[in-house]
Amino acid sequence: MSTKPYRLAEGGSRIDRSRKVTFSFDGKDISGFAGDTLASAVLASGQKLFGRSFKYHRPRGLVGLGSEEMNALIGVGVGSRHEPNLRATQIEIFDGLAAESQNRWPSLKYDIGAINSKFSRFLPAGFYYKTFMWPKSFWKHVYEPFIRKAAGLGKAPEGRDPDMYEHMHVHADVIIIGGGLAGLTAAEAAASTGVKVLLCDENPVLGGIADLTAGMIDGECVEAYTTAAAARLAAKSNVHILTRTTVVGHFHHNYLMAFERVGDHDPAILASGAPKHRLWKIRADKVVVATGALERPIAFANNDRPNIMLASAVRGLLDRYGVTPGSNGVVFTNNDDAYLTAFALKKAGVNVRIVDSRSRSDGTLVKRAIAAGIDVQLSSVISAVEGTVGVTAVKIAAYRKGQGRVITEKRVDCDFIAMSGGWNPALHIWCHNGGKIQFDDRLQSFRPKSHTDNIVAIGAANGTMSVEATLAEAQTLAKKTKTFKVEEPSRGALESLWFAPATGKYNEGNKHFIDFQNDVTAADLELAQREGYESVEHTKRYTTFGMATDQGKTSNLNGLGVISEATGKTIPEIGVTTFRPPYTPYSFGSIAGSLTNDLFLPIRRTPIFEWHMEHGAVFEPVGQWRRSYTYPQASEDKHQAINREILCVRNKVGLLDASTLGKIEIKGPDAAEFLDRIYTNTFSTLKVGKCRYGLMMNELGFLTDDGVTVRLAEDHFIMHTTSGGADRIGAWLEEWLQTEWTQYKVFVTPVTEQWAQFAVAGPRARDVLSKLSPDFDISNEAFPHMSFRQGLIGGYPVRVYRISFSGELSYEVATPANFGQGLWNAIMEAGDEFGLSAYGTEALHVLRAEKGYIVVGDESDGTVTPIDVGLEGMVSKKKPDFIGKRSLEQSFLKGPNRKQLVGLFTADPTEVLPDGAYAVAQAKDKPPMEMIGQVTSTYMSPTLGRSIAMALIENGRARMGEVISFPLEGGKVMKATITDTVFYDKEGGRIHG
Amino acid sequence: MLVVTCPICNASGDETDFHYGGQAHVRRPATADPLNITDEEQRDYLFIRHNPKGLHFERWRCDRGCGKWFHAARDTVTMEFKATYGITELPPVELMKEAKGPWADYFKMRMKEKA
Repeated sequence: MSTKPYRLAEGGSRIDRSRKVTFSFDGKDISGFAGDTLASAVLASGQKLFGRSFKYHRPRGLVGLGSEEMNALIGVGVGSRHEPNLRATQIEIFDGLAAESQNRWPSLKYDIGAINSKFSRFLPAGFYYKTFMWPKSFWKHVYEPFIRKAAGLGKAPEGRDPDMYEHMHVHADVIIIGGGLAGLTAAEAAASTGVKVLLCDENPVLGGIADLTAGMIDGECVEAYTTAAAARLAAKSNVHILTRTTVVGHFHHNYLMAFERVGDHDPAILASGAPKHRLWKIRADKVVVATGALERPIAFANNDRPNIMLASAVRGLLDRYGVTPGSNGVVFTNNDDAYLTAFALKKAGVNVRIVDSRSRSDGTLVKRAIAAGIDVQLSSVISAVEGTVGVTAVKIAAYRKGQGRVITEKRVDCDFIAMSGGWNPALHIWCHNGGKIQFDDRLQSFRPKSHTDNIVAIGAANGTMSVEATLAEAQTLAKKTKTFKVEEPSRGALESLWFAPATGKYNEGNKHFIDFQNDVTAADLELAQREGYESVEHTKRYTTFGMATDQGKTSNLNGLGVISEATGKTIPEIGVTTFRPPYTPYSFGSIAGSLTNDLFLPIRRTPIFEWHMEHGAVFEPVGQWRRSYTYPQASEDKHQAINREILCVRNKVGLLDASTLGKIEIKGPDAAEFLDRIYTNTFSTLKVGKCRYGLMMNELGFLTDDGVTVRLAEDHFIMHTTSGGADRIGAWLEEWLQTEWTQYKVFVTPVTEQWAQFAVAGPRARDVLSKLSPDFDISNEAFPHMSFRQGLIGGYPVRVYRISFSGELSYEVATPANFGQGLWNAIMEAGDEFGLSAYGTEALHVLRAEKGYIVVGDESDGTVTPIDVGLEGMVSKKKPDFIGKRSLEQSFLKGPNRKQLVGLFTADPTEVLPDGAYAVAQAKDKPPMEMIGQVTSTYMSPTLGRSIAMALIENGRARMGEVISFPLEGGKVMKATITDTVFYDKEGGRIHG
Repeated sequence: MLVVTCPICNASGDETDFHYGGQAHVRRPATADPLNITDEEQRDYLFIRHNPKGLHFERWRCDRGCGKWFHAARDTVTMEFKATYGITELPPVELMKEAKGPWADYFKMRMKEKA
């Protein structure tokens, strides 16, 4: 043997021996060849250990060949480019690749957590539920930190992901999932009819496992056929081929999602500016599932030792990469297929024997093996494995079906095992959207039965395991079917083997692993049955069987087999757990796509946005809007700036950009009647040129929006909504008009962005506007509170509403959006001599709270009625019907124990209650305490020189003057006196000034 | 992800281009007679909905198209849209006949009203 005994002297269809590639694994430099996977290159270097298991930290090696791999989960890349939990069997190596093993500390070889294995009898199924129940106080400081440290596989990357990701949308007449023998044949058949075909395969090379399949098609090996078919398809203009692309889910109406690893295998691709991953969103008329089948492991004692692999994986390593797991192997099988692995090993000069649990097989391959002089032991199982970080020997025991104990056994030296428990059709995609399945005795597995979508399964995915039948099945999409001359070995029947009896009892040092990734053993599943978890869905959740990142690809059927033997029910009686997307994990980056940073959410800017930027505004998000929170000047902090802005409005005059306020035009002969249905109060009595504050309830009787609506003409209103509610209320009005009161002749037109709108508020507001020579009489008498004028101000066309949300003399001036900045500048200039200053949303909120004005969304939370907030007077008693009226009449919404809006004065005027703080009936040392309400708005009021708050308190209005307690974190209790909600200018004279 | 086609403007799109509006043909008692609604009638109007396995009748809005509301008959098992029809209309007669359970009762009542 050479210096690398695991790399054979020749062979390896996927590797290029002339191109050496060097990468690092756990800090150690390893070299392989171009075309190697991380799995094949690391194994070729002589390392069998790839990771530690999740619960017991047992040493683990490779098991599979592709995406079914459950043990060798690897973190790839460093820092912000690190990606955890990738399967070593799918990672293509390149120079400079940095990979590391996971779930071990301090190193893969010496792992502290492996002690769990020694205590495994204390970690049975459901041990979280059993162990961590008591004492209660241990949860926070002992159990939770322990579980958090122990749980989870791999580590998250650090920092922002520097790579690019994208979403792609595509329509296809036919999508073919899987580019193996079946998929390629089906693609050619479909393409021949001229339709648009999309072919997706998760591997870098098309062909599936054709190269590992026995047989001849028209005189050529199966791989030669698939290679030629792939080349023909690549040349077709109506065929789109995506390799390294896993279809991860199938959804309603043939919507599919596929994950493409664009740049993972080659840094040059990333460097060229291509995205790292793509997420394809596909709509197809027809779906063809050609996903093949996955080989099952066998549950025998310590079947998780490194160098125990699936027979197909061993065959793949030999054939594709010229790598052997060892020099002396045992093939353990219950079917004929694994004999192909024995032939491949023998051909490569590796010593091999076959252990077959069946008493006989009349298949060609078995006869051929015996004829070739391979030691075939029928009616035998592996009953024990020696070695911990590898295999040194096995014990082979005589076996007949149904036998539970080992009677005789003999020891045989070996250094690896290739196992095959049969093949499971990969049903995941078939089942994601409700496909029905049936149990197939021949396969001892499930296969597709029926589906309501336009979808078919073909080939191994359909349980069709022969080459000839697959070729025939794959041509159902063609107009003219081809016939092929196929020669393939005849197969003997498979015999199920769900549990191979062991030396001693399986719970004494031996573990029969079913779910390798989540460390679930046959004993765990049996325990779950004894403890009454009869439903397979309950067993799954109790034992975590099938719940790891591989989603039970290799473990599902074996688990059902064990449950079947433990309960005496048949597998179809037990049923399967639900298959859910994704088929394999895909990256968060691909889910986000390009929708990050500036593209994450569109930002809405008012016409004055640039001005706010230039004047140092601090912004806050209000829905998608960015509103100015405050404008700190030179040396001010935010708090000082807010106080200055508030006092400026109270004493002089302020200017607010209120353009975000929702504006909806309502026009038509029935507009007034419609508004009477929408609002709790009456609008049909509103005179033209007047404004009225309105409350809206939903049909449940709860507050949903509020605002001032203005009658511009007999049949024409403009409704103001909250900034956040504009879109919702607009759609809501449309809904009522279209679906309920279809007789109304009314148009509803959202015009929020058509208008720039500013509040000019404060005692000098009229002086400022007068200076801009309005072309209408602006005097208090001619233009009183709650009225409207249209005209020119400073030469700009305006609608002026004399309404106030601050309690001061106030005008809201609206002008078409494009005039907004000009008018804003004109007002700023005119206001200069009166001390005008811009104010932001925080000042606005304090000003309104000082006056006890509610904000829907602060004082209300979707369970608050107009009566609760003290606005019963605004709920019409005359109108026969409006939205929410009947619900509001329900007794429990009028009952005595509702929370009611009140004001609060804290005992210490310098202390501000925290927003949302709970009021309790009686403060105690520790919970539980009876809660009687919560703070809804709370501020330091510069006008009053003390803190103020509003709160919803049970029976609040009957408790005026009462002192109530607010227990805070850290044991502190704040006291506050219940008061009226109007803190400032109770008589309300200033508004009319 | 369903594909929905608007019967008003003929636009076809993913369900995210539309807005699902819950069960169709829910009658608002207050529109007919606002002064005589029992608590039970109001409860049924607000909260009681059918949940059939099979043929169901729903409201949808063409959100990113014409903005109009419409009705749809959809099979909740196969997800097939059997028909779409106007927001003030009843479903095609053959679908009313096909409907089961509470839907069958409802349509019988509506047909009787018509007659």
